[in-house]
Amino acid sequence: MIIRVEYFYWLLGAMLALVALMSAADRSNPRRWTTALFWALYATVYLAGDLLAPEAAGAMMLAMALLAGFGGVRSGKPQTPPEETRRASAVRLQHKLLLPALIIPAVTMLCATLLKDVRIDGLFLFDQKHLTLAALGCASVIAVAAACWLTRATPLQAGREARRLVDAMSWALVLPHMLAVLGLLFTEAGVGKAVAHVATSYIGLTSPLVAVAVYCIGLALFTIVMGNGFAAFPVMAGGVGIPVLVHQFGINPAAMAAIGMFSAYCGTLMTPMAANFNIIPAALLDLPDRNAVIKAQIPTALPLLFVNIVLLYILI
Amino acid sequence: MHPNLWPLLGVAVIILGFLLRLHPVLVVAAACFTTGFAAFMPLDHLLASLGTAFIKTRNLPMIYLLPLAAIGLLERFGLREYAQSAIARVRSATAGRLLIVYLAVREISAALGLTALGGHPSMVRPLVAPMAESAAEQRNPKLSEEQRYRVRAMTAATDNVGLFFGEDIFVAFGAIVLMQTILRAEGIEVDPLHMALWGIPTAISAFIIHAWRLHRLDRYLARQQ
Repeated sequence: MIIRVEYFYWLLGAMLALVALMSAADRSNPRRWTTALFWALYATVYLAGDLLAPEAAGAMMLAMALLAGFGGVRSGKPQTPPEETRRASAVRLQHKLLLPALIIPAVTMLCATLLKDVRIDGLFLFDQKHLTLAALGCASVIAVAAACWLTRATPLQAGREARRLVDAMSWALVLPHMLAVLGLLFTEAGVGKAVAHVATSYIGLTSPLVAVAVYCIGLALFTIVMGNGFAAFPVMAGGVGIPVLVHQFGINPAAMAAIGMFSAYCGTLMTPMAANFNIIPAALLDLPDRNAVIKAQIPTALPLLFVNIVLLYILI
Repeated sequence: MHPNLWPLLGVAVIILGFLLRLHPVLVVAAACFTTGFAAFMPLDHLLASLGTAFIKTRNLPMIYLLPLAAIGLLERFGLREYAQSAIARVRSATAGRLLIVYLAVREISAALGLTALGGHPSMVRPLVAPMAESAAEQRNPKLSEEQRYRVRAMTAATDNVGLFFGEDIFVAFGAIVLMQTILRAEGIEVDPLHMALWGIPTAISAFIIHAWRLHRLDRYLARQQ
């Protein structure tokens, strides 16, 4: 393939290295050296991830967790132009400002759908295993170029703005990544099997309503713990869905699977473990309460879980 | 056979840590060690497992890191201010109505496989949230801080709900492939199209429930505090 996802790992690594350098030079940050070390470690993961010994990468992750956990990662004072300047610039550029912003979704979709099978000299244009990421990477680069052209700013200024946003999100930015690691470790250690064992041996599944409720609520709870419906589904489908709902009560397997996965998604809406959906936006929107997005989602998630249980029960 | 139940301690650490509101990164690190030791992994094996997983999952943060440079630059030149003034010109706009339209667009486009249309760094922060906040401000000039935060949180929630319950009725989505693989391993052959169709009642319910809550959001925002 011509456009490999590794190129964007390197690009991102370079961006994080820039964040580290700028943090080290930022005297308004009370912990500038430890902050710089944190981002330098993260940059290494992207720049040299394939070369690192697994134990070294694990130790680096641990060092980052300790740096963040004991208050070593702080933000500097952001340097943005005053609101009047931004307003004046908005009046001057008008809807043209939207163009680079809309390039990101538009080009991503274009690359991931129309250009996905394009080959040049027998080589695929895009990394087939990470198609969306490669497409998003291209779109982001084109968007930066368009934004620089439109505003006559330098690419370095774009780097400074990226640093401002990274700095504002601070350590919350690596939380989804570390949770994903924990999820993989859970799988390796057999947490899923243990939960399924507990769920199936201590709850009687003889009545259809109880079985349906255990299946749906179990999927939601499991997802709340693991942060990912994909990890919960195989366990609950194998433990309750297929043996009890399909074989014993004769539910259509397609419905069991589809409605089960949606029950898991109800769990995703309610857990800090799904940090990229729930914690990152709170940081991006400058919300003082880290769990504000989860609190906004619970009143949608719970009635929907109830609807799922009713839907599956009707099908028996 | 009885599986090793000790790794469940890792789950207990996570729950306890979040309940006690300890630093999330420390909680995750502690849970990693508890789980590893409970599964009788030696320290070097555990570090290697963590490291391999850390490198393997590094594609995950890219989705919200890659757009940051372009979005940050546009923000410096007034993108958020432009979004606010644009919505202020639409007289019938309220935060709730705007978000209902966004929910519909997000859910339908995700159902067609266009999941990239949206997202927290590229759409919610620079465009949708400032628009919703500005629409709420037009209706109630004395909007309190608390109401302001509520609008922002609901905007992020709307993006998530639209994405989650839309993407699963798209046939080629990863979750459908995963479900098909697992059912096949158990000897059950299922047409992906049927799974997508069985998702539709829940997808419609999700829209109705969340849209009704957005409708109620307007009433909450009109309140003087």
